[in-house]
Amino acid sequence: MEPLLLIRYGEIGLKGKNRHLFEEQLARNVRAALGDAWPGRVWRAYGRLFVQLEDPAHVPAALERLQRVFGIVAVSPARPVALTIEAIGDAAVEMVSAQDLSRPRTFRVQARRPNKKFPLTSQEINERIGGRLLRAFPQLKVDLTNPELVVSVEVREQGAYVYLDQVPGPGGLPVGVSSQALLLLSGGIDSPVAGWMALKRGIRLHAIHYHSPPFTSERSLDKVKDLARVLAQWGGPLPLHVVRFTEIQKELRRQTPPALMITLMRRFMLRIAVQKAQEVGALALVTGESVGQVASQTLENMAVINAVTTMPILRPLVGFDKQEIVERAEAIGTYPISILPYEDCCTIFVPEHPATRPQLAEVEAAEAPLDVEGLVQEALAGIETVTITADD
Amino acid sequence: MADVYLDNAATTPLVPSVLQCMTDALARVYGNPSSVHRKGLEAERAVSGARRQVAQALGAEPGDVIFTSGGTEANGLAILGAARARQRRRRHIITGKTEHSSVLNACRLLEEEGFAVTYVPVDKNGRITAADVLAHLRDDTALVSLMWVNNELGTVHPVADIAAAVKARSPETLVHVDGVQALGKLPINVKELPIDLLSVSAHKIHGPKGVGALWIRPGVRIVSLLGGGTQERGLRPGTENVPGIIGFGAAAEAAAADLPQAAARMARLRERLWEGIQARVPWAVRNTPADPDLCAPHILNVSFPGLKGEVLVHSLAEAGIYVSTGSACSSRRTGHSHVLTALGLADDVAGGALRLSLSRLTTEEDVDTAAAHIGTVAVELAELVRG
Repeated sequence: MEPLLLIRYGEIGLKGKNRHLFEEQLARNVRAALGDAWPGRVWRAYGRLFVQLEDPAHVPAALERLQRVFGIVAVSPARPVALTIEAIGDAAVEMVSAQDLSRPRTFRVQARRPNKKFPLTSQEINERIGGRLLRAFPQLKVDLTNPELVVSVEVREQGAYVYLDQVPGPGGLPVGVSSQALLLLSGGIDSPVAGWMALKRGIRLHAIHYHSPPFTSERSLDKVKDLARVLAQWGGPLPLHVVRFTEIQKELRRQTPPALMITLMRRFMLRIAVQKAQEVGALALVTGESVGQVASQTLENMAVINAVTTMPILRPLVGFDKQEIVERAEAIGTYPISILPYEDCCTIFVPEHPATRPQLAEVEAAEAPLDVEGLVQEALAGIETVTITADD
Repeated sequence: MADVYLDNAATTPLVPSVLQCMTDALARVYGNPSSVHRKGLEAERAVSGARRQVAQALGAEPGDVIFTSGGTEANGLAILGAARARQRRRRHIITGKTEHSSVLNACRLLEEEGFAVTYVPVDKNGRITAADVLAHLRDDTALVSLMWVNNELGTVHPVADIAAAVKARSPETLVHVDGVQALGKLPINVKELPIDLLSVSAHKIHGPKGVGALWIRPGVRIVSLLGGGTQERGLRPGTENVPGIIGFGAAAEAAAADLPQAAARMARLRERLWEGIQARVPWAVRNTPADPDLCAPHILNVSFPGLKGEVLVHSLAEAGIYVSTGSACSSRRTGHSHVLTALGLADDVAGGALRLSLSRLTTEEDVDTAAAHIGTVAVELAELVRG
């Protein structure tokens, strides 16, 4: 029999008339996640998504892939059966017999019956299947509150499904339902996590990275691509726009006060990002900033930096402690890459005492001798874009 | 963009003659030297031929040369193998502070095994003398392990004097010399050196990566690091890297053939490079000893105080000039080179160091191009950094 995976999703169900859009996006994302490597058929029915794989050997790898598809609450390998209580019972007995029953186990049956034509109610199904399992396996004991095994039964129009295990998915919304944003991606720990949080809300991402040869190396750029590849495993192909930032840094170094270097650099980064975002149709920027973490992330600095644009800047990490960010990065898979040594374009030329409370007027005065628009345009013209995919 | 490769202390390109032998070997000499049939014999003969070539380059007998997977393994086998063979009675090792990481880390392993290790400091030239070593010699010193030529500075240690002094005081103490940067650069004749063990590597002399050798004085007993077959006298079990060994043989023969002329040319070009840099960047600091007797011909270590060595390396790479900050085996780590730190250099001098290393393929045009680019880049960056 071809293996069947039953996918449950959460928030999507709450979205009323947009629901079918979300479901279609999730189905597309599931197809893309499985790709050509694990071919199968994907269809939707009654608030569930089903994946029929061609080869049972593909199940573990497919489950692993689907655990990274936002919008999925849980995935279960399921058994399709005919619409009779006997067939449901047979499947339940067979699936439970494959479990470790060498010691007493607790269980319960959890039936759902969207198909109201089925002659038994959910409660009656629970009782009938529960009774059958108790007769078949003397080691089993019913526990409704905290069972070791949950035998799920779903009774639908075309047939019924029985499943045991539930592999948790990441939750959230399917990537692609929430329009686009541009992530400012460095080689550090924070920004990839911020990107992941944006993906989790269904936002499709582009990423922009600032590199400063010769002050930052090609290896640092490779590292950023490795981070983008992890994000692509979660959110699909990620266009990475690489900005050559050296000229702007040199100009700032020559013409502006060292204490304002970081603030001014960040203002330039935002200006470039905003224009790139508009060009690719992104409606917001995403950054890994968190208040007060480093000198340049004081609210005063954020305000002065933010003053260059009215585009929304999403800062998903703003409520996180460093330790929480690290834990999230470990779960996502970016942490081991982020901690490799690299040169950040922000750490070169960094003054010993960066200004933590710059005034907007002071910063604007510092920028006065610069050809701001010219530098931004030059940087934009020099952008090289590579699309990073999960399997590169 | 002219490609100028001045990172030959890290590794060297294969020369065509070596590539040719290796291509032939890969295509035809596929037998296992241990097999009894003709294909095996053919491979065994090829390995024996290469062993003669390498032995000749060292002034050694072929039977005293053990092939390894490279310089690191040769150093490890010499140090761990010699110390462990003597650990009942002798549990002290002497080495230098500026040794290659493969030597230092082998010594650290021995410390974990209960050996005491003395790390001898160096003088302002990065040098260790016989008196320095004798001052630390103990009754239970099993081994003195020193490098011949320092891989970051090019400093030549007086290993013959040191070995003679050690042997005069304590004939039972073994002397190991890491000769990886000496092969092909200094004349080597183990018959005239009172040492017991010498490590060399193929890829520093235009041979392939993945092959090195350890010369062991007849009668000196060391123990193997691996269990396995009887290849390489059981000291280095495992099927031989036949094409690599053949390439090593060819490279060793080629390097020995014109050694005095090649070394003289490298030394002359090294000075030309230094003069070219000095003319453009008067504030550059030479870390390699100025006395030609104290340094090997192929390495020039220069500091540009206040600049970051890595930034210079990246800038020069953009112009097609390939150099390094220090040893390739440690440049990915953060922090300054242990060699420059041992010299007692100030932080900004150590942090701004470049290692330029030549080979016998380096031309006058190469060093002139490199000096010009180094000058431009250093001056530009200095203006930027100083604001």
